[in-house]
Amino acid sequence: MAMKAFLSPLPGVFYRAPAPDKPPFKSEGDAVAAGDTVGLIEVMKTFTPVLAEEGGRLVKFLVENEDAIMAGQPLYELDR
Amino acid sequence: VKRANPATISISKILIANRGEIAVRIIRAARELGLATVQVFSQADRDMLAVKLADEAVEIGPPQAMKSYLNAEAILRAAASVGADAIHPGYGFLSENADFAASVEGAGLTFVGPSADAIRLMGDKARAREVAAAAGVPIVPGSQGRLTDFDHALALGRRIGFPLMIKALAGGGGRGIRVAEDADALGNLLPAAAAEAKAAFGDGGLYLERFIARARHVEVQILGDGADAIHLYERECSLQRRRQKLWEEAPAATLPVDVRERLCAAAVRLARAVAYRGAGTVEYLYDDETREFFFIEMNTRIQVEHPITEMVTGVDLVREMIRIAAGEKLRIRQDEVLLKGHAIECRINAEDPAKQFMPAPGVVTALRVPGEPGVRFDTMLYPGYVVPPFYDSLLGKLIVWDETRAAALARLDRALGELEVGGIPTTVPLHAALVRDADVAAARFHTRWLETWLATNPLTGAFPEQSGTEKALAL
Repeated sequence: MAMKAFLSPLPGVFYRAPAPDKPPFKSEGDAVAAGDTVGLIEVMKTFTPVLAEEGGRLVKFLVENEDAIMAGQPLYELDR
Repeated sequence: VKRANPATISISKILIANRGEIAVRIIRAARELGLATVQVFSQADRDMLAVKLADEAVEIGPPQAMKSYLNAEAILRAAASVGADAIHPGYGFLSENADFAASVEGAGLTFVGPSADAIRLMGDKARAREVAAAAGVPIVPGSQGRLTDFDHALALGRRIGFPLMIKALAGGGGRGIRVAEDADALGNLLPAAAAEAKAAFGDGGLYLERFIARARHVEVQILGDGADAIHLYERECSLQRRRQKLWEEAPAATLPVDVRERLCAAAVRLARAVAYRGAGTVEYLYDDETREFFFIEMNTRIQVEHPITEMVTGVDLVREMIRIAAGEKLRIRQDEVLLKGHAIECRINAEDPAKQFMPAPGVVTALRVPGEPGVRFDTMLYPGYVVPPFYDSLLGKLIVWDETRAAALARLDRALGELEVGGIPTTVPLHAALVRDADVAAARFHTRWLETWLATNPLTGAFPEQSGTEKALAL
């Protein structure tokens, strides 16, 4: 069991769901495969998906939905 | 702050409920009128130019626009805390929010813009079309008002004729528009369009309009004082990508004189019909081949591209809208508005045209601004400024004026060569290519021309220093 935090590639606003009235892409405890969409980052009104770099179990989000984030900031932790 | 007040107008302290280059523009106009200025800012905008230039600045919330520049309560609180007696909303954000305009007036302050009723009326695109039609303004054939159900929509679609556009009643800025080529496509697209409109605008209401494939976007600048209204001629904004304007001109190069007269007169009729107060813009589609023009919508705010109108008419639109808000009558008669020369504006965005216009916030390491004659650069940039990722990508507007369109193009080419924004990619390479394009030189374009041009003219090697990701990480 190894925990690893994954960093945001971009600065902007982080969203956990595709729209305010939609369920989140992933919840804590969910299984995640490499390439799965984990969230969205809004940069200057453009939305870029955050794709899981590796597979594992999503233990914890390290930022809240709609948080302002910096590039390089840890977004979530996987147990791989 | 005590200032000479040459205008002796009825407001004395104006709060700017916006950011970026338009906030700077408003501060300049207000200061020239002798007004004290208050700039609100989010936590991400502490270092923005407007904060440095304003007499006072008030923080209103976190970086996210919903929690700051769209937070009406926080803005009204800020206004009360500094004793501002007017609020200028700029463009975007709360500028076309009727409830905000009503709240400002309800708090006993002056809203620099039209009445809440006029904003609400023009903001409902279906009702706006009805008012336009009643004022004798040609409208695009389409559904009269809100679609009630899908069967109704299909029947209407067949009557209007295909291709047609599905538009959101509460939409704007080109968002939420779909094109249906035939009845099958219409049936397939409607459910998603309604769901998307509901999610994006809180209202799933839709309407239909005939789609004109090769139309120009021509819009008329209006000034009204609530009783009378005048026009300040038109702008052409056909060069768009994803329905976002990138290059605008005044006047429209190919518009016949008689069409110009009718199109401008129709815009004035609409402004008078709604007792319009302030600066506004009536947008049309113009069909070169048939010489027909059709009303699209009226924008009840100052536009991004207002400077080109200022350059060809000599009228300071932001100053005039403040004076009108302060209760003054129009100071210019229609016959005093004279069109002189030609102006072009290029939107300088923090986007990389070599990478599908990927947005690119970051540090502006260097800045060289092109000089006179006939050149204006409206911007919020300064060397060392960090462009935040939270707002739109507009960094500045390069505007040139000259006696003729050909001379203006040559001047624009010269000015683009002088302009340097270091550290982040911008749309300058796109404009540098367009200014030398034969179709652009001949004004042979329409609203979908630029996207086709981009598909066949890839802009490569536009920004040699860093990749987008590296630069973003450097933030």
